[in-house]
Amino acid sequence: MSSPLANPQLPPGGRSVTPPSTEVIALPRTLDTSKPGLFHLLLKDRFATAAAIVLVLVGLTALVGPTLMGDLATQQNLSATNRPPFSLAEGWQFILGSDSLGRSMLARLVVATQTTLSVALPAVGISLVIGSLWGVWAGFHRGWRETISMRIADVIMSFPSLLLAVVVLYVFSPSAANIVLILALTRIPIYLRTARAESAELQSRTFVDAARTFGTKPAAIIRRHVIPVVLPTLLTLATLEFCYVMLAESSLSFLGIGIQPPDVSWGLMVAQGRQYLQTAWWLSLFPGLAIVITTVAANVLAAWLRIATDPAQRWRLTLKHKRKRFIARMPVKEVA
Amino acid sequence: MSTITQTVSESTVRAENKLVLDVDGLVVEIRTPKGTLRAVNDVSFQAFSGRTIALLGESGCGKSMTAKAIAGLLDPVADVAGGEVRLNGTDLARLKPKERRKFAGPELGIVFQDALTALNPVYTVGTQLGEAFRIHHGLSAKAAKVKAVELMRRVGIPEPESRVDSYPHQFSGGMRQRVLIAMAVALNPRLLIADEPTTALDVTVQAQIMALLRDLRTETHMAVVLITHDLALVAEEADTVAVMYAGKVVETGPVREVFARPHHPYTRGLLDSVPANIGRGEDLKSIAGSPPELHNIPVGCVYQSRCPLVQDICRAVSPPLEPAGDDRAVACHFSKELDNV
Amino acid sequence: MWTFLRRRIISSAIPLIVVIVGVFALARLTGNPASLYLPLNATEQMREDFTARNGFDDPLLVQMANYFGGVLRLDFGVSLRTGEPAGEMVLRAFPATLQLAGVTMLLAVVLAVIVGSWAALKPNGIVDRISSFASMAAASIPDFWLAIMGIWVFAITLGWVPTSGVSSPTSWLLPIAVLLMRPFGVLVQIVRGAMVTSLSEPYIKLARSKGASEVRVVSRHALRNAAAPALTVAGDLAVGLINGAVVVESIFGWPGIGKLMIDSILQRDFAVLQAAVLLTAISIFALNILIDLGYAMLDARVRPTTRARKRRVTPAAAQERKLNVQPTR
Repeated sequence: MSSPLANPQLPPGGRSVTPPSTEVIALPRTLDTSKPGLFHLLLKDRFATAAAIVLVLVGLTALVGPTLMGDLATQQNLSATNRPPFSLAEGWQFILGSDSLGRSMLARLVVATQTTLSVALPAVGISLVIGSLWGVWAGFHRGWRETISMRIADVIMSFPSLLLAVVVLYVFSPSAANIVLILALTRIPIYLRTARAESAELQSRTFVDAARTFGTKPAAIIRRHVIPVVLPTLLTLATLEFCYVMLAESSLSFLGIGIQPPDVSWGLMVAQGRQYLQTAWWLSLFPGLAIVITTVAANVLAAWLRIATDPAQRWRLTLKHKRKRFIARMPVKEVA
Repeated sequence: MSTITQTVSESTVRAENKLVLDVDGLVVEIRTPKGTLRAVNDVSFQAFSGRTIALLGESGCGKSMTAKAIAGLLDPVADVAGGEVRLNGTDLARLKPKERRKFAGPELGIVFQDALTALNPVYTVGTQLGEAFRIHHGLSAKAAKVKAVELMRRVGIPEPESRVDSYPHQFSGGMRQRVLIAMAVALNPRLLIADEPTTALDVTVQAQIMALLRDLRTETHMAVVLITHDLALVAEEADTVAVMYAGKVVETGPVREVFARPHHPYTRGLLDSVPANIGRGEDLKSIAGSPPELHNIPVGCVYQSRCPLVQDICRAVSPPLEPAGDDRAVACHFSKELDNV
Repeated sequence: MWTFLRRRIISSAIPLIVVIVGVFALARLTGNPASLYLPLNATEQMREDFTARNGFDDPLLVQMANYFGGVLRLDFGVSLRTGEPAGEMVLRAFPATLQLAGVTMLLAVVLAVIVGSWAALKPNGIVDRISSFASMAAASIPDFWLAIMGIWVFAITLGWVPTSGVSSPTSWLLPIAVLLMRPFGVLVQIVRGAMVTSLSEPYIKLARSKGASEVRVVSRHALRNAAAPALTVAGDLAVGLINGAVVVESIFGWPGIGKLMIDSILQRDFAVLQAAVLLTAISIFALNILIDLGYAMLDARVRPTTRARKRRVTPAAAQERKLNVQPTR
């Protein structure tokens, strides 16, 4: 089975005074080769499953909610203004109370879901695609392409993104499209940095060298060897970024330079409820809760994804439920 | 160096034989997700002042774990689950951490394998060398630095006065290893554990480092426990050897005798795989198979799966480590038959 | 050391210059700046006066020269709202933000070092689990919502603290608590991760083998090594803190830069907004230099010396290695 010829201490010529290290006798231990699918792993994790269900529900609400409740959300009822929540006296639509114009909170929340997601998802998607491709390209080629790319990333990152958005939305009008663009722009460096670091590491590996010796073109190497390896990390990052972008849009809308009325987003609803804080607390509480629930779910899922897509840590998820697994939900990757 | 046995230096044998370390029935357990493993299982050996004992074995055989257990540096997931570690009569395994710290340095020093990671990157070499004096002798930073320069001179680092304020990354690999050795012998301990002290170094530097360790041993009459997987190093440096396999000591005795006439098939297999012991044109031998995984140790002898002499009794009864001639012991049911194979 | 510092100053100055040029470009390239500077309901007469008075009919290069000259003299024009010089207004608001941010950052660092180290001593222990939960909450809860809920509970319902302003010492409590959340959450995780790593390094075993006490091992050997990674995120955290300050100041009526910026936006007072943005950029620039200096003091490997054999690691490069650290706001 094992061969002492593999002994690296053996000098050419064979007459060695150094006996081989006994280490060469040790062969790789048999590895657990069973690799359960991602979905199967997901079902084994209660927290991650719950998070995924929450996110799917939020997504479905955004898709079909406005068609079902769009009219209800704008329907004013001045005889039922600022109704407290958890009462069915005025009908099911007022289960979460009503606002100062007597509109159903529930319906407004549902409609706002679509607005919120229609800003967050495109922003995450655009920055993910541009930042990742740019970063992989910069890291693969190194040299001046890398240096310039990293400088640009530094410039964008060293300036508060909210301030950038504030200035840009001041000069241009605060429309949904502009918010998407500015949020995407400020988040590109996150993917750029990560993708560059991983790609720069990968391009020095032997399997990339091997592909090069076969005459594979850089674009093909990037497509076949680099992107598949980097993708899980980037998707995990995108899940986390979804939280960030959603919170950023909410902040902008709250400050009055994001989504503009009559459109409605969760952040804007918190802002609108603020002046009724003394009399109608639910106007601010529920939209904020909606934000918290969605971001927590995305955070939990991102933490799970990070472990599930990391071959070195994946085994943790195949264990039986234990309290210690809680540690898997940390939002921040450990500093290596 | 035609045969290994001739290389045992005569000068190393003359030192007085005072028992310094007596390890008796040491058991170390590791807690893992798959259950508790025995990384070190009933290991016993002694170390005498002025002498070197080698713990020899493949990676994963428990030799490093034994060293860490003696030094009290086990990882949090590992525990000493049984046995005694008596250093000059005191059982270290039973001491409270605070008591134990009094031994670390003045009584017991340890040399680690990889000097680059073992040295703290953010402190100067002088600060780290002086730390032991500050902890145990309460010296001032200034006085400790004087001691650090002395130590650096003692281990042969050139220009110690100017290099004392350098950082570890500014030293070469061999110099870093010298720094580590200097730290271990700073307070003239009676026992020095050298955990693969030369594995990370190239061959010429290896020889220098081993010569330094030898000189220091002669100078201070400390007992040395040398942990290694390198048969040649054992042959050259050690007086006695304990061969470990899968957490157990399978054979022990004076190096010269054990290497000349191994009583255990594993020791025999190791020696047979040495190219210098084989004539030109002959095939290199190797031991077929691989060591058992720790969570899957078979009933009976630990070596059964790879042993050419395996019989039914080996699969049922674990052979105890029994005396086999002068100062020798072996754990094998068929040690006497080995010579006839 | 000086070459190192000079190089870092130059590379940190690039973002600063980009911001200054960017603000100028935004103000000039989107048409007549009068539409930016003046309120929406300004009359045609006001626009013409404004254009002539500010030389917006001069050639672009002359305008640029004037603009840079003004920036160097901290002359950003006059606030339309109050008629005061914009530079003065901004400098007056600056200390309030600096105090708020300084106290918050100090608290965040102290608390994070304590909690993070404590959590790292027993990975998966109870402290570790609570702290990781807290840091996830900090990353998930919108700060503006937390501020409003805080006002509702502690100011309106319980009446313990004022709803806004800086009138009494208790008015510091809510803004700091809200602003603290994110830097604390991020730092706890960074400190914990760095401490777990550094506590498992061989040099910790070496320190123990010298008989070092547990306190000495943690404070002198582990924490000192964990400080460098924590410092690399400090720049990002400070940048995020400014984001937070804009929100928190405008909710709690804190008379700082953040509130000034939002007020200038809502009342279309571009001169003041521009001055505030530039002052913020300059502060971040200065902070980055300080962080680099601190990093070099902490870790000898970053310091360029004649004997150094390793390639120098800049804080930014060190940071890139620590992949997807939770982005800060």
